[in-house]
Amino acid sequence: MRKLFVLGAAAMMTLPSVLSADTAPRDVAFADDGSVAESLTGVAGDPTAGLENATSRGIGNCVACHVAEGWKDAAFPGNVGPALTGIANVYDESQLRGILVNSKKTFEGTVMPSFYNLDDIIRPGDAYTGKAATSPDVTILTAQQIEDLIALLLTFDEPLPE
Amino acid sequence: MRIRAKHSAALASALVIALAGAARAEPDLDAKLVINGDLEMTTIAPAPAHLEGALGDNVISGWHYRDAATRQMETDDFENPAMSAVDEALAAWDTVDGSEGKSCADCHGAIEEGMKGVTAVLPKVTEAGALWSAEDFINDCRTNRMGAEAWDWDKDPMKNMTAAIALQSRGMPVNVAIDGAAAPFWEQGKEMYYTRYGLLQLSCANCHEQNNGNYIRADHLSQGQINGFPVFRLKNDGLVSIHNRFAGCVRDTRAETFSKGGPEFHALELYVASRGNGLAVEGPSVRP
Repeated sequence: MRKLFVLGAAAMMTLPSVLSADTAPRDVAFADDGSVAESLTGVAGDPTAGLENATSRGIGNCVACHVAEGWKDAAFPGNVGPALTGIANVYDESQLRGILVNSKKTFEGTVMPSFYNLDDIIRPGDAYTGKAATSPDVTILTAQQIEDLIALLLTFDEPLPE
Repeated sequence: MRIRAKHSAALASALVIALAGAARAEPDLDAKLVINGDLEMTTIAPAPAHLEGALGDNVISGWHYRDAATRQMETDDFENPAMSAVDEALAAWDTVDGSEGKSCADCHGAIEEGMKGVTAVLPKVTEAGALWSAEDFINDCRTNRMGAEAWDWDKDPMKNMTAAIALQSRGMPVNVAIDGAAAPFWEQGKEMYYTRYGLLQLSCANCHEQNNGNYIRADHLSQGQINGFPVFRLKNDGLVSIHNRFAGCVRDTRAETFSKGGPEFHALELYVASRGNGLAVEGPSVRP
């Protein structure tokens, strides 16, 4: 995997859009339960970057819908989704990756967005402008941002709230 | 000592829950909306049959989901910041405009008489088979009867006038027709309501049916009723039209939104209005 990444990184210098170590959204391999075993990038996730991502309105914005002890200082976390305190005791890495990449493969019909997905998008927009998308292959998060979030969530190993 | 520490931790977490509860009250369903001390408003009504239980037994005005200070502003027309916009529209009502030398009042008389009950049944299908909102009727009068310029759907003169007209139905139950000629428009609007738009793949129903009462960040999700439109939004410091609010919601799903005044939002307006059949017309209401 690491070898592949190095190869990819070298290739990116010359052919950035053609070759990349990242698994493309449509190439992600899901297990029957919706989990994704393989890292999307081959690069270990960074939980610090994950926290920044999770609590930033313009990036992952996980706090919009989830409470978690791990971001207890974030102002006004929402409660549309379940609390993520202790989530590492509930789901393993593959399951978390599957839920983040395309939540619908794990939880049919869930309200949760699919953060690394290009399919079944109706009227894709250009960010939050209300205008039509200028590119057909934009995902909410990048492959590495997904890996960073997984790394963060795996640190959420608090005892589950009773 | 150990036990004491554990006990105080439990106490502390109970306190946190209590504080969170105070800041994030469920909709206050015991609050009563009475305007100017005498107009009792129906803010909770039996759910229309067509909802088939999707919102439970009752439909609830967004007024209940707002904090006490915001709710208070709507109880007194001297506190309601929308009323200066209404005053401007009342002046326009009596003002001659256009090539035919007419004002609104020349045909419709006093707004209190001529526009009574109008908003409660809008949008509705015209004899020509078009689904019209208040804005369409206003511009039809302006261009065809007055010989005046059409007003922009989302600019002040139009928003002010829709507020002044809504006021003449205040307290009356929303009662839009969904059958007959309205049926195909209503079906179109319903399909839109349940379509998951944009990169975030969110439908109206995902937030306002499945999650009303919950929070997205600090936003308290209501049932998304439109009986209070046009609303005075404190964060915009101005009136917001129904289609403007729809456009904002669709935009926030990271979708290409629909145009204000376009056929899609007309249909959606009819469907969403029908989900509030039975609630009192509150326009112009006050929201954060």
